[in-house]
Amino acid sequence: MDVNFQFDWSAAFGSIPYLLPGIPWTLLISFGGLAFGFFIGIFFGLLRISRVPLLRWLAIFYIEVFRGTPILVQVLFIFYGLPQLLGSPINALVAGIAAIAVNSGAYISEIVRGGVQSIERGQREASLSLGLSRPQAFRYVIWPQAFRRMIPSLGNQGIISIKDTSLFSVIGVGELVRQGQIYISTTFTALEVYFMVALMYLAITWTLSILLRQLERRGLVGQ
Amino acid sequence: MNDAIKNDAIKNDTAQPIVRMQKLNKHFGSLHVLNGIDLEIIPGEVVVIIGASGSGKSTLIRCINGLEEFQSGTLVVDNNELLPLGKSTKALQTIRTEVGMVFQQFNLFPHLSVLDNVTLAPMKVRGWSRQDAEETAKRLLDRVGIADQANKYPSQLSGGQQQRVALARALAMEPRLMLFDEPTSALDPEMIGEVLDAMRELAKEGMTMVIVTHEMGFAREVADRIIFIHKGEIAEQGPPEQLFDAPQHERTQSFLARVLKH
Repeated sequence: MDVNFQFDWSAAFGSIPYLLPGIPWTLLISFGGLAFGFFIGIFFGLLRISRVPLLRWLAIFYIEVFRGTPILVQVLFIFYGLPQLLGSPINALVAGIAAIAVNSGAYISEIVRGGVQSIERGQREASLSLGLSRPQAFRYVIWPQAFRRMIPSLGNQGIISIKDTSLFSVIGVGELVRQGQIYISTTFTALEVYFMVALMYLAITWTLSILLRQLERRGLVGQ
Repeated sequence: MNDAIKNDAIKNDTAQPIVRMQKLNKHFGSLHVLNGIDLEIIPGEVVVIIGASGSGKSTLIRCINGLEEFQSGTLVVDNNELLPLGKSTKALQTIRTEVGMVFQQFNLFPHLSVLDNVTLAPMKVRGWSRQDAEETAKRLLDRVGIADQANKYPSQLSGGQQQRVALARALAMEPRLMLFDEPTSALDPEMIGEVLDAMRELAKEGMTMVIVTHEMGFAREVADRIIFIHKGEIAEQGPPEQLFDAPQHERTQSFLARVLKH
């Protein structure tokens, strides 16, 4: 250990103006990807509990593939691999959003499945006995309750996906880590800069946690 | 319907039954839950089904609104025929709008207020306006004695209150037949009375009711007919005084001896 090492606060604070432009990119990739991932998740989550075996298998295949491979490999595949197939390059931002979308979509599928299946059988039976159709029973009775139960897991997945975007420095998107790396390459103050990068991730994820807690508390009404 | 008309309807052999079941069979795997059930229920009739747990009595009434499929036999409810193995989607939908059900576990919708629990189906299924649905809901909630709880959520009510909301919710669809699946079995003893009172009122007004219950005193009082089910078969049936006071079947005698002792 280097006993003479001094944490250079001026280097840490000095990096802030260079790191801040990375935040919008991190947020854009995270929340852009999660927005698509949410709909992918609902889609495959519902296929996963379909009564039609073929649809169920399709969903299982999707979930296994994108949950079972590293997100780093997925984004490399999309950014470097797919252009070979398409014959034209893919924008790094689009590749990042797509990777978060398909990856979080696989996990959200399972969250959706778990949420829907956690609703007591009697809720469905009561709805059907009142003459509601299956889609109506789902929309007005099952889904609103399932969604409330999904909120903590969805928040968890949101935080994981935000942190996953740090891997996308490898495809050159100017998100937080990438901005840090560029700054360090000229100042060589890795400890201070990565410390600030970590703080910025914490600021984002904590804000999200607090918002989610409030959402959950509001959702408790009537439970 | 008043009592005189109701009794006429029951005595009148030509009255069109609202439920007609012929040779109904249901299996759960190798278990023969319902074994060739023949049953007709006439409009205005109050039928109470009794029997040991696992005898098939809940399964029987759950077949009437299609919550359980059956493997063979004929089942016609309010002129709509239900086919075996759940193949009759259209008829099923019609039947369910005409047949109300109250469950042992209430099954209220916890995310909706009491009022919204009652108005949901009339608005979404019958297409009533919110105003009409709420007017009806308030009248029904008043009738079961919980008008003042309309804006609360189910979890804020006692079990007895919840079950009365469930009753109002089913009645809001203006059903022609009401099914009760052990409506008081999940209640604390002091709340059983209030639910039975509400059901008693309904019976007086002429509602056709099929009730699975262990409340023998209530059964004797409100039933036009008692059906005793044993191992998936109707072992014996008749008016309450006959079935309770002079049971013919040896199984009925031993069942009654067990449940009436305490």
